[in-house]
Amino acid sequence: MSMSSVGRPTQPAAAIVSEAHTSLTGGRGLLQDEPLLFELGGWDKTGVDLPAAEHDASDLGDLVRASPIGLAGLSEPETMRHYVRLSQKNHAIDLALYPLGSCTMKHNPRLNEKMARLPGFADLHPLQPQSTTRGALELMDRLAHWLKTLTGMPAVALSPKAGAHGELCGLLAIKAAHEAAGHANRRTVLVPTSAHGTNPATAAFVGYSVQEIAQTDDGRVDLADLEAKLGPDVACIMVTNPNTCGLFERDIIEIARVAHAAGAYFYCDGANFNAIVGRVRPGDLGVDAMHINLHKTFSTPHGGGGPGAGPVVLSAALAPFAPAPWIVHDGDGLKLVEEARDEAAQAFGRMCAFQGQMGMFVRAYAYMRSHGADGLRQVAEDAVLNANYIKARLSGVMTPAFPEGPCMHEALFDDAWLEGTGVTTLDFAKAMIDEGFHPMTMYFPLVVHGAMLIEPTETESKRELDRFCDALEALAVAAKAGDVDRFTGAPYLAPMRRLDETLAARKPKLTWRLEPEAPSAAA
Amino acid sequence: MRYLPLTPEDRAQMLGVIGAPDIDALFVDVPEAARKQALFDLPLHGGELEVERELGQLAGMNRAAGEGPFFCGAGAYRHHVPASVDHIIQRSEFLTSYTPYQPEIAQGTLQVLFEFQTQVAALTGLDVANASMYDGSTACAEAVMMSQRVNRRKKGILSGGLHPHYAATTQTIAHAEGMTIVRLKAAIDAEAAVIDAIDDETACVVVQTPNVFGVATDVTKIAEAAHAKGALLIVVTTEAVSYGLLKSPGEMGADIAVAEGQSIGNALNYGGPYVGLFTAREKLVRQMPGRLCGETVDAEGRRGYVLTLSTREQHIRREKATSNICTNSGLCALAFTIHLSLLGETGLRQLAALNHSRAREMRDALAVVPSVEILTPRFFNEIAIRVPGDAAALVEALLADGIVAGVPYSRLDPHAGLDDILLLAATETTTPADISALTAALKGRIAR
Repeated sequence: MSMSSVGRPTQPAAAIVSEAHTSLTGGRGLLQDEPLLFELGGWDKTGVDLPAAEHDASDLGDLVRASPIGLAGLSEPETMRHYVRLSQKNHAIDLALYPLGSCTMKHNPRLNEKMARLPGFADLHPLQPQSTTRGALELMDRLAHWLKTLTGMPAVALSPKAGAHGELCGLLAIKAAHEAAGHANRRTVLVPTSAHGTNPATAAFVGYSVQEIAQTDDGRVDLADLEAKLGPDVACIMVTNPNTCGLFERDIIEIARVAHAAGAYFYCDGANFNAIVGRVRPGDLGVDAMHINLHKTFSTPHGGGGPGAGPVVLSAALAPFAPAPWIVHDGDGLKLVEEARDEAAQAFGRMCAFQGQMGMFVRAYAYMRSHGADGLRQVAEDAVLNANYIKARLSGVMTPAFPEGPCMHEALFDDAWLEGTGVTTLDFAKAMIDEGFHPMTMYFPLVVHGAMLIEPTETESKRELDRFCDALEALAVAAKAGDVDRFTGAPYLAPMRRLDETLAARKPKLTWRLEPEAPSAAA
Repeated sequence: MRYLPLTPEDRAQMLGVIGAPDIDALFVDVPEAARKQALFDLPLHGGELEVERELGQLAGMNRAAGEGPFFCGAGAYRHHVPASVDHIIQRSEFLTSYTPYQPEIAQGTLQVLFEFQTQVAALTGLDVANASMYDGSTACAEAVMMSQRVNRRKKGILSGGLHPHYAATTQTIAHAEGMTIVRLKAAIDAEAAVIDAIDDETACVVVQTPNVFGVATDVTKIAEAAHAKGALLIVVTTEAVSYGLLKSPGEMGADIAVAEGQSIGNALNYGGPYVGLFTAREKLVRQMPGRLCGETVDAEGRRGYVLTLSTREQHIRREKATSNICTNSGLCALAFTIHLSLLGETGLRQLAALNHSRAREMRDALAVVPSVEILTPRFFNEIAIRVPGDAAALVEALLADGIVAGVPYSRLDPHAGLDDILLLAATETTTPADISALTAALKGRIAR
């Protein structure tokens, strides 16, 4: 029992229960309506104290900006309050299960954050003399060793900045290898219909054309269709394994074999590596290149949409074409080779300025060291166990897309069970928000009707999994019982009701602009 | 294993519910030959203390920029970031959320992105900004790729003042896509040669200001020349604080402006993660790469924000997307926006003025060092100097004096024949004592 400030017990007045109570000022209790920075701040307000400049900018003449920039400033307390209030409108892993399939939303250990902020890593300039960055090079080398060992691949390019950037790196290596072998005519990439959108987008980005590979009824690559499409024009296949249906490609070794036999390379989308880390090495499957999303498998935080990191492991055939920079062991220890032309004429170029996402390397390495060989294997096992548990628990009320056999780290359902209810996958997902969960990935992969792709990850307790399954079961029962409004109007209890995305796209308003009638807060 | 909540009893119970005899039964689809039964040859799990010790040791082998006089720039800059910035970005709701696919429970991230886009558009003097790219160099490459979608031409011209890493990144991607890239010769005043290179087949011209040698240029004439030939002008900036003092790309006629945003809100991080800024004129918006956040209303008519115009993007358009980018630099963009909120118009102008002032002091001090030639006429916070002999060797020698004296140009571009050029930056973190230490040590080393 809590006590009021005058020492009397506080008790809710049982009679006053209102279902549609609204505040007088627009907020919802602790959830405040928060204006934009530009409506709050002023051009003359600032939250920093800087010394005056000793010299003016007269030497710059007409290069000086004469007109107002149009920024708004806030004092420090106002800044804290503005962004903390905004933060409270977000769902997050730290609040509840975040089952976005193919995104691997696992717990982000705070030790990793602490390590990445050590001045010896965070306050290190990418171009300071290499003799002053030996520890950084050593860390990158150790990270590379772990990635190579875990994948069974001989080489790794660390610099790609996210998964899609890693795909680009892998395809550029493949393209360079074909060109070096006089096979520049190989310009087709075969991609399963269930692939991530980044796969065909990446292929097109390097000037390749995309052809789709059919899928079998049990959610795998159709080997016969693949073989029929493999020819002298094919540069590579891009296959996700485990695939986006959450299934391991049983024929993977044969898939690699026929691709190689046809002169094509095998690019593996490593987005789902979490399912097999420590148990299966992609190198043993015949993979030539695979990106590893450090922000998925190795727990670097997703940060509201990045930054990620997408190192690419490469087979011996592709390793010579890896982009600059890379680390070599020479007499004095480790050396960063930054210029491709000098030491390896075959390197295809450069993915970005500098060395890649060092901040993510530190976090991922701290995570690997924390888990070790034994822990990482347990990661895959628990991730797969959790997904199969969800699949088993929900199969009574929902329809799994591939009921036969186990899934890997994600459980895929279709919308057959919603037929006739008047509720769509989207509605169901929005109703999950009212129950306190982030929705699963919806309508992906495209090959499954009304797809719901649930990836719990290994960092969920059985209690949280049960809470999640109980909520989805209750919703499923409600949907089938005709409680349609609960879904079609959802969410009711989120910081916002359903948002009008059509309006946003029809009349794009992408920046704040001072409306003529509005007060001149930031003129 | 502190990150794994399942107990052995949980696992047994769950296998029971699934109807599997053991965990191996769930991996039955993996071909026999690829199943690893033994543990990998890697260390076993370690406690926090053990891991912290190992990483602390590695960090200790590096010399942090803040340990002494430090003058490196060339695309990454050491600035002071207010403590509140890092505090806010470590809030769970920002740190451990993802791309705002469900806008009803991601308004925090979305409103920040809308503020970020507004700030970036204001800084660059252009109309629309996206929700960030990986970094400045990849933003530059994407801008060049975008230009060919706009005018259907296949040739890009890169100024010799463009950061060599940016040029290499752009060449790598453009080459793969079949674009021709003309990279002009590196020179202090490289912008002067740009106009003559523009022809009727030019898709875009890429000019950096301040350029890699620190030179600030008015690119208005280049914009006019590009537009006269139907080409786009892409303006690159690697030091975002310069927007607080210098004319914006938009004011000078840029069609697309890209920048490295690291300077505002983000640490040096040995090269990443950083945050790429990408802005363009409004009429080009449908050719832009990356995520865009837009304003809308919810079912009750309340203002809110969503990701929009996603028909440009890979998850909808697949091979017809404007880019393959998915994950970008959300948290770095958040840090950028918070820092810029703290600065505001006044603070950014003060900060920029202070940077310029410190660089003037550095320039004046270096100007009286015998045998040192100042090469940069008009600059923001970075200059190039010519030193007797090899600049890289000089930097190594000055380390013994406790000074990190900048970036030898040859580190960026070993084949340019500019081995005697040293790039030095000064920011608000540079003190008069740092500058005195630099010039004293330089005098000593050059005299020897």
